[in-house]
Formats: sequence, C-alpha cells, structure tokens
Amino acid sequence: MSGIKVNTKINGDPVEFMCEPDETLLDVLRNRLNLTGAKEGCSTGDCGACSVTVDGRLTCSCLVLGAEAEGHNIGTIEGMAHGEELHPLQKKFIEHAALQCGVCTPGFLIAAKSLLDKNPDPTETEIRFGLAGNLCRCTGYDKIVRAVQDAAKDMRKSNSRKGA
Amino acid sequence: MPLDNAPDSKRKYNVVGTRPLRPDGIDKVTGRAKFGADATAPGQLVGRILRSPHAHAKIRSIDTSKAEKLAGVKAVITRDDFPDHTDGDSGLYDTMYNIMAREKALYEGHAVAAVAATTPAIARQALKLIKVDYEVLPHVTDVDDAMKSNAPVLNNKMFTDGVDPKPKKASNVARRFEFGHGDVEAGFKRADIIVERSFKTEATHQGYIEPHAALASMSPDGSAELWCCTQGHYMVRDVCARILGIDISRLRVTQSEIGGGFGGKTTVFIEPVALALSRKANRPVKVVMTRDEVFKATGPTSATSMDIKIGVTKDGLITAADGTFRYTGGPFAGCSPAEFGAMSAFAQFHLDNVRAIGYDVLCNRPKTISYRAPGAPMANFAVESVIEELAHKLGMAPIDFRIKNAAREGTRSSYGPVYGQIGLGATLEAAKNHPHFKAPLGPNQGRGMAAGFWFNFGGQSCVSLNIPIDGTITVSVGSPDIGGSRASMCMMVAEELGIGYDQVRAIIADTSSLGHNDVTDGSRTTFATGMACILAARDAIKKLCARAAATWGIPEDAVTWEKGYAKPAGANAGNFQPLSLKEIAAASPGTGGPIAGHHEYSADGAGVSFATHICDIEIDQETGASKIVRYTVIQDAGKAVHPSYVEGQFQGGAVQGIGWALNEEYIYGKDGRLQNAGFLDYRIPVCSDLPMIDTMILEIPNPGHPYGVRGVGETSIVPPLAAIANAVAAATGVRFTQLPMSPPRILKGIEDAKASGAKKAA
Repeated sequence: MSGIKVNTKINGDPVEFMCEPDETLLDVLRNRLNLTGAKEGCSTGDCGACSVTVDGRLTCSCLVLGAEAEGHNIGTIEGMAHGEELHPLQKKFIEHAALQCGVCTPGFLIAAKSLLDKNPDPTETEIRFGLAGNLCRCTGYDKIVRAVQDAAKDMRKSNSRKGA
Repeated sequence: MPLDNAPDSKRKYNVVGTRPLRPDGIDKVTGRAKFGADATAPGQLVGRILRSPHAHAKIRSIDTSKAEKLAGVKAVITRDDFPDHTDGDSGLYDTMYNIMAREKALYEGHAVAAVAATTPAIARQALKLIKVDYEVLPHVTDVDDAMKSNAPVLNNKMFTDGVDPKPKKASNVARRFEFGHGDVEAGFKRADIIVERSFKTEATHQGYIEPHAALASMSPDGSAELWCCTQGHYMVRDVCARILGIDISRLRVTQSEIGGGFGGKTTVFIEPVALALSRKANRPVKVVMTRDEVFKATGPTSATSMDIKIGVTKDGLITAADGTFRYTGGPFAGCSPAEFGAMSAFAQFHLDNVRAIGYDVLCNRPKTISYRAPGAPMANFAVESVIEELAHKLGMAPIDFRIKNAAREGTRSSYGPVYGQIGLGATLEAAKNHPHFKAPLGPNQGRGMAAGFWFNFGGQSCVSLNIPIDGTITVSVGSPDIGGSRASMCMMVAEELGIGYDQVRAIIADTSSLGHNDVTDGSRTTFATGMACILAARDAIKKLCARAAATWGIPEDAVTWEKGYAKPAGANAGNFQPLSLKEIAAASPGTGGPIAGHHEYSADGAGVSFATHICDIEIDQETGASKIVRYTVIQDAGKAVHPSYVEGQFQGGAVQGIGWALNEEYIYGKDGRLQNAGFLDYRIPVCSDLPMIDTMILEIPNPGHPYGVRGVGETSIVPPLAAIANAVAAATGVRFTQLPMSPPRILKGIEDAKASGAKKAA
C-alpha cells in the first residue's frame, strides 16, 4: 500500500501525517499521533467513544478515513481544556461523578460540547437525544445529564456576563 | 476480625460520607488516562486471533505454514504452543482450552490460532492464510434442548455431579445443586393458593465499552511484563504464569485504567495469547479485541429456564417455595452461576419450607462469566413475578405481602445462614412511604416493584501506606479502580488519620509491588480493600505514636492519636505539646527512618445487601414499545463512603437491569452462530431511553466493618427485571414470563390476550 500525505489542523495546530488508504481517522489519531483520548469501543459508529469534531461537526472518527481529514479542522478531547483551565463540562463531569470507569467520558464530553455549541439551553429531553449516540454502561446516564445541565447553566451565566 | 472492628454507631465522620472530587478525575476528562489499548512498547507487533466459524467442530488439523511465510509475520501460534502445564487443575485446563481451542472448537468465536505481525493489515492477511480442517459436529445452544437425552453432548467425560447415584451416561448437565430447609410438600398442602409458572431469560453481555486489550513483552529467559485491562491483575498474573509454565514471580502485570468490567473481566482471554505470541516472536505484542470478538468470545451471562412454585395461606403467609433453575455455562463445567441463582432466589423471604434446585448446563455458547450479582437477577425475575401474581390473587397490596413475608434479623435464609442485622425491611418500608409509590399514573402506564438480594464478598487484600517527609500519604492498593474506588480509599485513610482528603493519594500497584489482591468482584473493593486501608492506617498510627513516644521519652501506650496529632494519652503520661503527622514525618529520618503502614488479610464479614426498586412503565398498545417513565432505587449501603459513587452504582445497575428486561439478548441462528454481535443489534440502553434514576441510600450498619460498610455494586441489578415485568403486567394485563420483553414480544402478548378475550366473549 502507498502512504497518503494529509495536511490538517488538530485542536488548532497544523498537523501533517502519512497514512494508509484503509486507516480510519481514529487509527491515525491513536496510532500515529498518540492522541489516545478518543477510544475505540466498536468501530461501527454505534458507541460514540471515538467522538471528535470535524469542522465543528460531531463525528465518529472510526467512520472517517484518515485521508478524508485533508484540509479539515479536527477537534479532540485533548484540545478541550485551555491550559490549566478545564472546560466547564469537564469540571462538572468530575463534580457530579458523571463518570465511573471513564472510558466513554471523552466521547461524551465532545458530544455534549457539540450539543451546547448549537443549543446553549437544552431541555433534559434535548440533552438525552443529543447524547443518544454515546454509550455509557456504568452510570445509567443520570449524572451525565445533570452534569451537562449544570455546565450549560454556568456557561450561559458566563456568556451573559461577557455579553454585558 | 477483632471486636474493635465493629462499627461505632455514635462515631462522627469528617471525610466519610462527604462527596470530594475523585483523584483521577482530571486524567479521565482530558483523555490523559491510559486504558488497555492506550499503551505502546518499542518495536511492538500487532496480535490477532483466528476464531472458529462453527458452533461445535472437531479440529482435525491446523496448517500455519503459508501464514508463517508471509513477510511481516513474526509468530503464529496454535494449541501446540500451549502444552498442558495445568497439572490436573480442571478449572485452569478449561481456562486454557477457552483461550485457545484444543481438540474441538466449542462455540462460534472460539480462538483456534493467533498471529503477530508488523502491521494490522499483514496480521489480517496472515489469518486468512491459516488453514483449519474442521469436522463440523451437531451443536446445541438452548438450555432446555441441551438437557434433553438426545442432545449433542459437548464433553463425553461429563457425568453430572451432585446426583446420587452418579449417572453412567455422559450429559451436558455438569452439576445439580440443592438448597433449602423444611418440608416443601407439607408446606404446599397447607397452602390455600398456589401459583406455579415457568420462565425463560436470554443471555446478556456485560457490555463494557472498553474491549479487552493486552500488551505483552516476554523474553526468552522467561521473564515477562504484561499491561492489560482487568478486574484482577494478580489473577491474570497467576493464571497466565501457570498456563505458560513460568514462575509466577517472573511475570509482572500492570493494570491499565479499566473501561468497565461488571464481572466480564474476571478471567483471562487474550492475555496468555499475547504473552505466547511475544515469547515466540521475542518482541512486544499488543492484542486488542474488536467488539465482534467481545460479543462472540467473552463472557455473557447465562441463558436460563426456571420453574417456580409458591404457596400461601388466605391471610398471606408463604407456606412453601420451590424453584428449579437451569443455567447455561457455555462449554465448560462450573462456569454458570446456577448455584448463586438457586441460593439467592428466595433469600428475601422468611420461609419455613423452601427448596431451590440449580443445574449447571453445558452448551455451545461462549464460556459464561460473572455479570454483576451473577445468577441472581434471573432467579429474582422468576420469583418476584410469582410473588406479585400471588399478591393479586390474595387481594393484598404486593408491598404488604412482601413486608409480611420479608426476611429479618434471625431469619434462616433459604441458602442456609441465619441473618444478622439486615436492611430488607427498611427498604420495603421506605418504598411504601416513598412519594413515587403514591404518585398517580398516566394512561397506558403501570407500576411494578421487586425486592432483591446479593451476598457480597470479602476476600484477600493487601495494602501498603507510605508517609514521605512532608506528611502526605501514598496508599498503594491492588484492587483496580473501576468506578471511583481510589477516592473511597483516600477518604477512609484520611478519616482514620484525621487529616484532609487532599493529603492522601491512592495508586493501583502492579503485581510485583504489593502482595496478592483478589479480583474485584462480589462488591468487595470498598468493603475489603477499604477495610485493609483502614487497618493499614491504624498500623501507621501505631508507628507514628511510637515515634512520638520515643521523642517524649514515654511508653508507647501512653500516646494516643487524635485528629492528625499524637498526644499524651492522659495527665499521667506527661505534659507534651501534641505532635502533628507532618512534624513526626519531617523528623522521621532521624527517629528511625521511613514510616509505613501495612495490612494484608482475607476479609470476612461482608454484610448481605438488599434493595427494593419501583418502576413505572408506559406501553404503546399499538406497537408494544415501552418507555420507563419513573424509576426509584432504594438500597442499604451499610455506610455510604462516597454517596455520589454509591448512587452511581445504584443507577448503573438499575439501567443494566432495564436493558436486560426490555432489549438485550443473545440471538442465535439455527447454525449456532450469534446474529447480533454488535451494539447496533445488541441494544444496550441509551440516554434517550431513560428517565433520571432516583436513589435513596439507607444505612443499616454492617457489623463486620468498622464504619458499617456493605458492598453496593451488585444488588442494584437484581430487582429491575422483576420490577419491570411487574410494571408491564400492570400496564398491559399480561404476565410476561420470557425476557427480554422486547416490543414484538409485548405486542404479541397484548394481541394474544385480546384474541383469547374475544374468544371467551364469543
């Protein structure tokens, strides 16, 4: 097989990599770029553990080829915190005990951020459907939903302060 | 346990019972935490496994020559690479047989060969070049079919244990169990009403989101390192070393963060294979399962078939209870939890006459492995369904019927022991008084409840606690942290030492750094490893007091420990300024060197656990679709160390039970192949399926733990199956005796009931 050269941006940084035509974006992130925050739970797009954003759109990175990342902006869990400052969702997940084993957590955080970017004030039902593509086997989702509700509230407050 | 371990009911806690942030939280929300598949080693190869496409087949021969010649292939292994070192240990032999098939492939997905290659593509290609000559044999996957006299027998050396006389004919029934007391027949004679029903449940998978992963590095001199996700790295070490025929101490196992287990990671699958590949290739080898492999080749729980008969008097006293529980174990004996099913089935009742018979049954399915309260949920589904039906026949509120017959302190349990202080009655009363219980129901909605039991377990733990010169604490434990246990361990150490939670850090030690720790199972970690943390802290306190005594020049027993300080025990001891932990630690290099506390033991006294669940469900009468609209878990935790994570255990178990009741099942084709080996077709509950799961923690102290802690992890999966079945029966008027109650099955039940109603009317 011949390698394909790909130019992309990951978490805002320019990244250039070589990959095989059959490698998924998840393979590239994990095996070539050592960004192992995205997890492989199924490789069929059913569990959401590999969630990333591609140009801001929530995507299962196991369903995208590495080569398809050419020219796109990829967002991963490694880019969610700003320096020492955790994203409000990250803080609230810890505060609410919204993770037990934590393997689904990066995917949930990416999906939740993607939801709140589009809808800063979601109802419980909107949160539940917004996160329905991510499987968690430990928590029963209760504390995840509460963490997202609480984070959304904080983010709305800080946005309205910024607005004023 | 010494008597001073009994809980002090007046004790006021400073740290236990609060809700601090977990110490591994930041790693887990930033993607930094390293799970099984996240590790790499220099020069590592990719390991992949070839699996049987047949449910049951003799393996005549395996030709690996073409695969070995493929460029980039560094090792190919088969059964020939696992010479038998098991020395008559049949359980270990079966484990070895399960990780690599020998004479026969015993289920679809059974490993038959493995390769290590430089790239995934080459490894995949190599698997295709391995030629296995199979002689396909008749197979059986259904438990009732497997027990028939004409069933294909998996193991012709299997003669049922536990029956007298021992049968002369081989069968798939590995063992018969019987538990109970009293005279069941006499009890039924005194009954005014008897309900007798048969039930079936399908196998479900633990469904952890992280597939099994292992990174092995083994040298030709027999020393080896292994990184893997497991519920027990000491078990992995011992089992792998024995299968490979090396000294246990030569193998060091480091456990990764673990992405869920629920009992499914309490054995080995790919770990010995990765080690054997690494030994042959003399390079590190990483093996990661696909989801398809996880479903086909790792532990589901049993499929079951059960008969229940319970008799009551007109005033609602149970006179006799009888049950038969047939559980699939996969292809090996002793793997099904039939014994636990039979033991736990009637454990929530005070019964004079009870009998429970269990059968451990072989079939061509993956080797059954523990799944959260193994064996109990299915038995509870059957028994608590009959209980509900009896209550209706009696014209008695089901909650009152349960309270009237509930096990209590002094009850001789259906499985033998006499109960001490238990929390069942308290959970039932709390349910009766809960606002949920009185809330009005909407159209097409029904409410159900069930009470459930789990034994809980103690077992072996070893803890080491070190105090560096700044007086902060490192506690090394050997129990993997699956759901926040590091936080609980730190909390208990902080509580004992009388210091802040932020002064304690817990790490999970590898197998070479600490003594043996049992697998994380039986809800044992917070109880048993937690108690070892408490006792290690008490050991350290003794040493801290001794240093203070030496500093002051007074006897050791004249020093007491209070809120993080060593103090003279009384006026007679002398007048000395209390010494803080930090001061004693800072002086330690000059007062005798490092200070550490240890504790190693096998813990007894795990208190049994009970829960009562209430469920409201809405059924679409046109489609059979169901929706849980409200759910409440009430459970006795003994003492909740970190209430948020206790609630999380209640909620997680309840939702796994919801999946089991409504959707999850192993679907086999006539060819014995699993037809739904993926998360799309094996549907676990998703966020939009569910409401919030309300929880209520009761604290009835366990006399066997200094704080009264009981294990909380498993009981929560026991009542949901029956609670939901009872709710569905209330919503539809139809009693479902088969799980899962998927929409097609519910719809058929409703339509059949309508048709038979119409017939009656005609």
